[in-house]
Amino acid sequence: MNSVTVAAPRSGRNGDTSPLIEVRDLKVHFPLDEGLVRAVDGATFEVARGETLAIVGESGCGKSMTARAILRIVPRPGRIVGGQIVYHRDGVGIDLTRLDPLGDEIRAIRGAEIAMIFQEPMTSFSPVYTIGNQIVEGILLHQQVTRAQARSIAIEALRRVGMSRPQQRIDQYPHELSGGMRQRAMIAMAMACNPKLLIADEPTTALDVTTQAQILELMRDLKRDTGAAVLMITHDLGVVAEMAQRVAVMYLGRIVEVADVRSLFRDPKHPYTQALLRSIPRIGRGARERLAPVKGMVPSPYNRPSGCPFHTRCPAFMAGKCDRIVPTPVSVDEGREVACLLYGGGED
Amino acid sequence: MTAEQPTSLPSTVNRQPSTRPVLLEVRHLKKYYPITRGLMRKVVGQVKAVDDVSFTVHEGETLGLVGESGCGKTTTGRCILRAVEPTAGEVLYRRGEGDVVDVAKLDRRELKALRRHMQMIFQDPFSSLNPRWTLLQIVGEPLVANGVASGRQLEERVAELLRRVGLRPEYMRRYPHAFSGGERQRIGIARALALRPELVVADEPVSALDVSVRAQTLNLLEDLQEEFHLTYVFVSHDLSVVQHICDRVVVMYVGKLVEVADTDELYFNPKHPYTEALLSAVPKADPDAPSRRIVLEGEVPDPSNPPPGCAFHPRCPYATDRCKVEAPPLREVAAGHLAACHYADELTLQGVAE
Repeated sequence: MNSVTVAAPRSGRNGDTSPLIEVRDLKVHFPLDEGLVRAVDGATFEVARGETLAIVGESGCGKSMTARAILRIVPRPGRIVGGQIVYHRDGVGIDLTRLDPLGDEIRAIRGAEIAMIFQEPMTSFSPVYTIGNQIVEGILLHQQVTRAQARSIAIEALRRVGMSRPQQRIDQYPHELSGGMRQRAMIAMAMACNPKLLIADEPTTALDVTTQAQILELMRDLKRDTGAAVLMITHDLGVVAEMAQRVAVMYLGRIVEVADVRSLFRDPKHPYTQALLRSIPRIGRGARERLAPVKGMVPSPYNRPSGCPFHTRCPAFMAGKCDRIVPTPVSVDEGREVACLLYGGGED
Repeated sequence: MTAEQPTSLPSTVNRQPSTRPVLLEVRHLKKYYPITRGLMRKVVGQVKAVDDVSFTVHEGETLGLVGESGCGKTTTGRCILRAVEPTAGEVLYRRGEGDVVDVAKLDRRELKALRRHMQMIFQDPFSSLNPRWTLLQIVGEPLVANGVASGRQLEERVAELLRRVGLRPEYMRRYPHAFSGGERQRIGIARALALRPELVVADEPVSALDVSVRAQTLNLLEDLQEEFHLTYVFVSHDLSVVQHICDRVVVMYVGKLVEVADTDELYFNPKHPYTEALLSAVPKADPDAPSRRIVLEGEVPDPSNPPPGCAFHPRCPYATDRCKVEAPPLREVAAGHLAACHYADELTLQGVAE
């Protein structure tokens, strides 16, 4: 067994807020011909039971790789080179980074206890089988049921995600469904085994705005009904504000700020979060005001800045400090953490 | 078609603040794509991508074309430049002093001459730049093709253009792969501006960009508009960006216009139920914003087989039997505010929160 007992569950009796997943100092690196890409470089956060945590960041910040590391589906040549991902199941902590990515243990978790939905549903579905076939396959793999029972579970799952005529839809191929319906089918497949954690990687980015509203509403309903925790990966601060209870902001492979959603939008602490929130156009009265962009570009992944990764673009840059010292997360308020030297902390 | 209408442009159709002269008028524009079947490619149907669309663009304004995928906004933008051949309709463009041409009827040579006046910015800064050309070739190509500049002078013009869009002229001998998405979009903008056009059709110019780079690009587009007195047709699905940058907005649904108004009027006082739903669906970057979402049933219909009557009726919470059979015409419901809904005068619709 690769399972290791890391920590006893919190003694408090309200067991639904104890951590479900604890990610500690996670590092995922890609050795490429052009150099080493530190896609995730020391990310630390946790997801509590039943909560929705959003990881928000721009392309290349490592948010998707963090999600994939949890399921152990980091594409090659990427590798988890450090840190822990502790999954708490029945009082036992399992370090997912120690499991064989092709082994039975992770396969029992992946798709059953932790499920994932993607931006593009065709990532999850094979085009040559009916959606029913694929959902039933997943159920048979993880549950002790007959094929007929699995089929009725699948039909029920499709009904639950708002598909009309699920008895007929179940025998359709993915290409016969519209974009929104495919997204629903993928969510049905992910939810069919009642996961404890649903990882949603940009689940509505490819959808039209009215379809996006439907899918977000569906995800809220499902979360309420099943009590599953949701880890939402997105670049859209609007989606964050509407869906998340807590938010982790990522920049160049590190979590720079963690806060509850209201505090993050009302009183952002990290200069990157502040700059990001100032730069977005907001619908409403002030929409015409000139935008305050974050200066510069996201640095090349082969050429990461020393010290704080944001120092090259930061308006509060302190020469001799920020370019030398890597800030460590410090607690600023109840439940809030910031990795910025303005708030102290830092290792040489 | 519009035989009854004169070919000179009225000074203004929309009276509101747009007292500026009309630069472009699109009349009854149609773009149908045939659906063929079998060996003989027999035409069995039509996809009405753009179906009888009319609107005006005023000099110096930014007109937004918004809607969801398949609504025809991109095709409309491309028909204006004849990047796509319209099936029918007129695209009247005022060139210089009062000289109006119908872009839809020009021959190749005339069209090439007109392309100096109108240019396009594309969504994808990765596929829209030739990877085997240097910046000098990419940005300089329109100047060379039109015989405007060559040699030393060309390099100076390109350097100046690169500087204007915030790129360093020393990079002009590099290839696009060396640049980030935001920088590539600037290259595309420099190329579009090379011939000093009056009208720029920007097709989702910031959709592929990261949040932090998006604001830079929008600010750049605004600065360039002021500096070069540009008129923009801004095609986008992002309603926050559209409210930020556009003076007037045209909302499309399944190939037709459903609403046209000044930006604030449209956002705060929408007159079409689809606009209302679209605005309410935008996720607001404010966790305390009251949720007043109207979640529509179903999805955007297939443009090859749109519903009869009003195309929006199967999803419309206010639809009646009349909407199922009678297509509502686009009509003026208030000064400068057009809507295609039978009940535009009676309904009280909610806009975005102020």
